[in-house]
Amino acid sequence: MFNLFLLQLLNGAQFGILLFLVAAGLTLVFGIMDFINLAHGVLYMIGGYVMAALSAATGNFWLSLALVLPVTLAVGLVLELLVFRRLYDRSHLDQVLATFGLVLVLSELVKILWGAAPLSVAMPEALAGSIPLAGLMRYPVYRIAVIGAGLGVALALWFVIARTRVGMLLRAGAANRAMVSALGVDINRLFMLVFAAGAMLAGFAGAIVSPILSVDPGMGDSILILTFVVIVIGGVGSVKGAFLAALLVGIVDTMGRMFGPILLKSLMEPAAAAQAGRTIAPMLVYILMAAVLFWRPSGLFGRSVAR
Amino acid sequence: MTAMPPRLRAALAIFALLALVPPLAHWIGQPFLIVIATRMVVFAIAALSLDLILGYGAMVSFGHAAYLGIGAYAVAVLSRAGVTDLTLHLLAAIGAAGIFALVTGAISLRTRGVYFIMITLAFGQMAYFFFVSFSALGGDDGTALAARSTVLGQDWLRSEPGLFYATLGLLVLIFAGLYRLTLSRFGRVLSGTRESALRMQAVGFRPFPYQLTAYVISGCLCAVAGVMLANQSAYVSPSYMSWHRSGELIVMLVLGGIGSLTGAIAGALATVALEEGLAKYSEHWRLGFGLILVLVALAAPGGIAGLIRRLKGAPA
Amino acid sequence: MRRLALSTALIMSMLPLAAQAQEPLKIGVLLTLSGPPAVLGEHARDGVLLAEKTLGDKVGGREVELIVVDDEGKPDIAAQKARDLVEAQGADFVIGPIFSNIMNAIAGPVTSGGAILVSPNAGPSNFAGKDCNPDIFVVSYQNDQMPRTLAEHMNRQGVANAYLLAPNYQAGKDSLNGFKSVFKGEVAGELFVPLGQLDFSAELAQIAASQPAAVYAFMPGGMGVNLVKQWSQAGLGSIPLMSAFTVDETTLPAEQDAAVGMLTGSNWAPDLQTPGNAEFVAAFQGAYGRVPSLYAVGGYDALMLIDSAVKKAGTEDREALRAALKQADFQSLRGSFKFSTNNFPVQDFYLTKAIKAEDGTYRTSVVEKVFTAAADSYVGECPMK
Repeated sequence: MFNLFLLQLLNGAQFGILLFLVAAGLTLVFGIMDFINLAHGVLYMIGGYVMAALSAATGNFWLSLALVLPVTLAVGLVLELLVFRRLYDRSHLDQVLATFGLVLVLSELVKILWGAAPLSVAMPEALAGSIPLAGLMRYPVYRIAVIGAGLGVALALWFVIARTRVGMLLRAGAANRAMVSALGVDINRLFMLVFAAGAMLAGFAGAIVSPILSVDPGMGDSILILTFVVIVIGGVGSVKGAFLAALLVGIVDTMGRMFGPILLKSLMEPAAAAQAGRTIAPMLVYILMAAVLFWRPSGLFGRSVAR
Repeated sequence: MTAMPPRLRAALAIFALLALVPPLAHWIGQPFLIVIATRMVVFAIAALSLDLILGYGAMVSFGHAAYLGIGAYAVAVLSRAGVTDLTLHLLAAIGAAGIFALVTGAISLRTRGVYFIMITLAFGQMAYFFFVSFSALGGDDGTALAARSTVLGQDWLRSEPGLFYATLGLLVLIFAGLYRLTLSRFGRVLSGTRESALRMQAVGFRPFPYQLTAYVISGCLCAVAGVMLANQSAYVSPSYMSWHRSGELIVMLVLGGIGSLTGAIAGALATVALEEGLAKYSEHWRLGFGLILVLVALAAPGGIAGLIRRLKGAPA
Repeated sequence: MRRLALSTALIMSMLPLAAQAQEPLKIGVLLTLSGPPAVLGEHARDGVLLAEKTLGDKVGGREVELIVVDDEGKPDIAAQKARDLVEAQGADFVIGPIFSNIMNAIAGPVTSGGAILVSPNAGPSNFAGKDCNPDIFVVSYQNDQMPRTLAEHMNRQGVANAYLLAPNYQAGKDSLNGFKSVFKGEVAGELFVPLGQLDFSAELAQIAASQPAAVYAFMPGGMGVNLVKQWSQAGLGSIPLMSAFTVDETTLPAEQDAAVGMLTGSNWAPDLQTPGNAEFVAAFQGAYGRVPSLYAVGGYDALMLIDSAVKKAGTEDREALRAALKQADFQSLRGSFKFSTNNFPVQDFYLTKAIKAEDGTYRTSVVEKVFTAAADSYVGECPMK
């Protein structure tokens, strides 16, 4: 039982890291540019589809993964140029309307290009299989690689933001846009860079999960809301917050689903406990978010309320 | 008495045109248009209810579809129990929505901005998953209604024009009520909280009770739309309260233009009309619909209402 | 003026006769064609279109107009589109839908509007039992029959215990109940996952810890793809995963090698030896570039059924048309096929296995017949005789 508990803890953390990969780009765009981008999930989906197309064409996982990055970066740049740049100074609601429209357009384009059937990406040989963990339980090698990639992205982001000149400008730009402009920095170039990097991160996440999850037209939708939950719990704009919140969401979701019914059984009769457990399980992350916002209305690491 | 404000005149014109739909539809031999028009009016009520908090109070609720669902389920639950009267359905829907809005609103209003968006989403999702697990009413599958609601024991709503005019009547009533409300002292305070909560506090208003009252009223009115939606489709399912619907309600409102009430109605009519029209034209109609939304957002801030104001050269 | 009116009236009164000969048969095709499950609707739609082509663009010997409509997977939209088809466009038949919840929403609008509903896939229990309807025909199966087939197979194999897995919604619960009503072994445990869940690592760990003799899963669409892909990665390859609506020609293109060898229950497979089946599979692959699934078969058989009945009885005499439909006098791709009293099929069910075919495509293949001429278990509750 204790082994299983530890394993589920690991599963939860792993799911959390997966969420973090998607959330990292969104929290940057949102926090630094104050931009609500509902199309972030679609960028994640495009990453998955580009990966599936490339790996089908080249047959090489690593080459495809390497190519996904420039492709999604380019998609991000084009979108920034055509749409997003005109919306930075507008209200959140205009941004919602435009990016909602973009979700419809890009999803339909993906459907026209690749069809509605789910696609798949083969697992790279080197990372296939599983390793024994405890007793009969095993752990997939690929998931360990995903954890590694997530930690790598977290570290890289931390380094860029905390230790580089670009990072400093970003922090300054988020706090006071006019000030940075006055210093002779082209803030629009900076934003374009942030946005394209965010798109690339989302695409990378879509590509890297494609051997585990199906690539289908709904993949962006299902991840988008969870991603928003993560960045809001963490506090908008905080990469550190997103990282911890993603872990929290992953663990709460997994552990609640598995051990919630067991806990409930000690409180009520088994049938009712099973029913209650099934009802509450999908609500858990939302209950978690509501609770966090109740006690910390700006998330765990958010700046205090600025209206 | 000065001349009628343009937005009121526009709303009255829309109502008059809508009232002509059933005879016109019969005249051109397309009685089915009444069914679509009923759906338009239902969503106009929902968008209108959202405009009160979003347009006037700057409270962006991303869980508003929950109230649509609560209204619909009020009809399903009461019909199951043998209660078919529309008035009772409406009262039950408003009561249930009011309680839900009071509790969740009180909690949500601790937060601001995007955090408010997300906490309302959280409550909407909780309501959604609650009904998904509600096996007695079909769970995720939902449940068909045996018949439409009755009015004073009569089945006037059974005919399409009957249901349409009843829904339109509710829309006009709700519009009139909200129009007066937004012009009242309450409405001005609410608008004031949108501009600056601090300033309102400085002049002695605590925004919270005003915002919460508006939130509750909005939820109750959206539940009315839910009651009529259940009647229109004779079906109730949790999909009415999914976050997609909440998003669609926001899109309708922003497309029409927020904070004018008339814009909300125009946005709902335009959205349903576009969906129906484009879907007939192509399987890939979402591409066109999405492009329109992007273009409106880029080129016409303020939505349809803003566009019309600018076309008429009036100061925005 | 009066004379004009009179002659118009005369012409009008003659019109129905003339019109009947020329007016095309109108058939609405109401399927889910957008969102994640769109591929199921596309298969069914392509099945209908292929049947139309096979029949030489005539159904029941008449010109035909197929009106394909997307229900978007939303019950209220579906109900409205169904009314549009029947009331505004005057459809004589509606072929659809894919999902049970949509079926519940459109059954009323279609039948009360005077059209006949032919379901190519959805077969919810209420329409097999107490809500059975003389104007509703289901050519596919009743939802419980696939899990019952797998449970029967496990009984024969002497499987001592099985772990059950399904999404937490009505069809998931029905599926597990259908399985348990036949399965004689012990239920090692059952897990309901939230609808739309992406990652199954927690469930798989639970199953690994319990080490059951077999696992039964009902995990349709993208959820099924995720489950199958994650299954072998988690090192569960030694435990047989038997599933319904999880491994079929709509999901296999994404599951690929991860699914090969997995067992499933079905009423059809591409290599089923029945008259016309091989030609159907080849024609479908040629026209649409993918291997057909049981959804495509549902669409194909639905139109063939309509063709046979209209040929026999026309559309004017409703009673005669119902009787002709009930005779099911068409060559189903599944071979022997007839209707029970509840208008649900009596047919064979097979154990099938996912394979990689010689042409590189992935498909299911018949292993053995499990039930012969099986009716569903709700037919007793149906008041129709």
